[in-house]
Amino acid sequence: MGEALDAVLFGAPPILWLAGALALFMAWTIGANDVANAMGTSVGSGALTIRRAIIVAAVLEFGGAFFVGGHVTETVRKGILAPEAVALHMADLPYGMLGALAAAAVLLFGATRFGLPVSTTHSIVGAIVGYGAVAMGLDAIEWGKISQIIGSWLTSPLIGGVLAFLIFNFTRWLILDREDPEARVRRFGPLFYFVVTGVIGLVTLFKGLKNLSLDFALPQALGLSAGVGVLGAGLGAVLLSRVTANGPVPGDRFHQVERSFVLLQILTACAVAFAHGSNDVANAIGPLAAVIHSVSEVGYTKQAAVEPWMLLVGGAGIVLGLATWGYRVMETVGRKITELTPSRGFAAELAAALTIVLASRLGIPVSTTHILVGSVLGVGLARGIGALDLRIIGTIVVSWVATLPIAAILSILFFYLFRGLLAA
Amino acid sequence: MLGSLFARSPVRPLQEHMRAAVACAKQVLPLFEDMAVQRTERLAEHRARIDELEHEADRIKNEIRGHLPKRLFMAFERRDMLEILDFQDTIADVAQDIAELADLRQMVLPPALGEPVLALVRRVIQACEHAERVIGELDELVETGFGPHESARVESMVAELNQIESDTDELSEAAKRTLFALEAEIGVGTVFLYQLIDWVADLADFAERVGNRTRLLIAR
Repeated sequence: MGEALDAVLFGAPPILWLAGALALFMAWTIGANDVANAMGTSVGSGALTIRRAIIVAAVLEFGGAFFVGGHVTETVRKGILAPEAVALHMADLPYGMLGALAAAAVLLFGATRFGLPVSTTHSIVGAIVGYGAVAMGLDAIEWGKISQIIGSWLTSPLIGGVLAFLIFNFTRWLILDREDPEARVRRFGPLFYFVVTGVIGLVTLFKGLKNLSLDFALPQALGLSAGVGVLGAGLGAVLLSRVTANGPVPGDRFHQVERSFVLLQILTACAVAFAHGSNDVANAIGPLAAVIHSVSEVGYTKQAAVEPWMLLVGGAGIVLGLATWGYRVMETVGRKITELTPSRGFAAELAAALTIVLASRLGIPVSTTHILVGSVLGVGLARGIGALDLRIIGTIVVSWVATLPIAAILSILFFYLFRGLLAA
Repeated sequence: MLGSLFARSPVRPLQEHMRAAVACAKQVLPLFEDMAVQRTERLAEHRARIDELEHEADRIKNEIRGHLPKRLFMAFERRDMLEILDFQDTIADVAQDIAELADLRQMVLPPALGEPVLALVRRVIQACEHAERVIGELDELVETGFGPHESARVESMVAELNQIESDTDELSEAAKRTLFALEAEIGVGTVFLYQLIDWVADLADFAERVGNRTRLLIAR
């Protein structure tokens, strides 16, 4: 544990408690609302019961947050505002980050109440930019980084879509469009288990275990993740061999095939949960880390200043949100997306998980939900889904256009409020 | 947000509609069987059953049209789908027309015409049933993402449907020849019997169009 934790635990000023509480609340919101998108598909297709989905999601969200969440957290903590400007206004930084947290939390809470789809990532980025631009001037914003982030909000759903298109076409060629799709899904299913567990292993093992004081170089990490992948493939083979053969359902040649795909979809839903944890924990913990560091005078730019215990708090907050509220949202989402059959869910989720994990490793905060939407559209473009309602594209654009300025204005208000109340 | 992305796929309703339309066509056989044995008192009964099935088809048709906003992104062209729906609906409509005329005019088949016409009706119904099987493959097509293997399977089904339809052309020509040979005996009734035979042949025609349009839908 570092000096920052000491600062929190011993003689912590009230602002730290407030920041901690708001960060926990953000993490709770993320767990309560966003995770449903990762696991709701599996619940909807009957692949997992709600109870199991919660347990599985909790473990993987936490793992993603704890092992891979540091990169994006660093970006949110110190990538958006320019160090030189922050150095000049160091005393204001805690109030600004606090204001950003409060703004994003209020916005998300309000949006959830009114059933509006608002991205946590967009809220927190908009909030930090809003506070920074007003409190420190437009020059204080790292516009290069911001354009990279906003660019990724366009490209990441696109990448997810292209990947999903390719994965679905590959699945069609390898398994679905064959004489014996059922036998083939059992034969090649373990291959997908190998890839997915191997990729999760790689992003965790390669520079991920620093939190546990284990640091593997790339060759070692590659070797170990191949081992993890082989274990995953073995597990997949066992699970797939257990799929009960109910015999064919008349008029539905693909019934058994989809039943087997259920097992692959559980796997990819887990990958999405892991990826989501790795990217979204930053939305809660990035600002908290900034507050803690400025108060404890560890410094703004210090490398690797996001300490494991912060990710632990964020991961715990997400799990808490999942356990106390997430199941309701999951139930709703699950009921609504039964059209996403296991084989489609598999393709879309695998594509989304790969895209998000890649963004997480590059330290780019992206919207999990938007990437999932992009991936589903990708499967649709491959003619894999009966009918998709394109109205959602409009909803996304509107929520985009609205979220950024609202979050910015709210965070400016909260910034002045907190500074007025708390600054001595 | 993810939930609102999925719209109800029109595939199942389209298949239900086809089932109702083909059920109308199938009722034409008992109608003609009774006409062949001069049992006119049962014609109204057959007509009532066909009317009922036709209403069911209409109901499904309106439901599909009502749930098909332009913003939907589907695995196939909206236009192809609506045309298939129209052809399917015409099958039900023509069956209804046949029953209406037969009942209103209390028509019977002269003994010599019985076998040729019944042979035609049976083959026509086979065409309709085959078209129903083609439409029944639509969900498999979506499941395989219109993969080449499944597409080829449906294409060969459509080719078979075309074969059945050309059989019905020959059978209807044979029936009409027999009819004209009896013209002196039947008199003005010839015109109406000709109309009935023509309509029966139309059923196979529309069944074939359902199949051909499905082929276009695959080849998008």
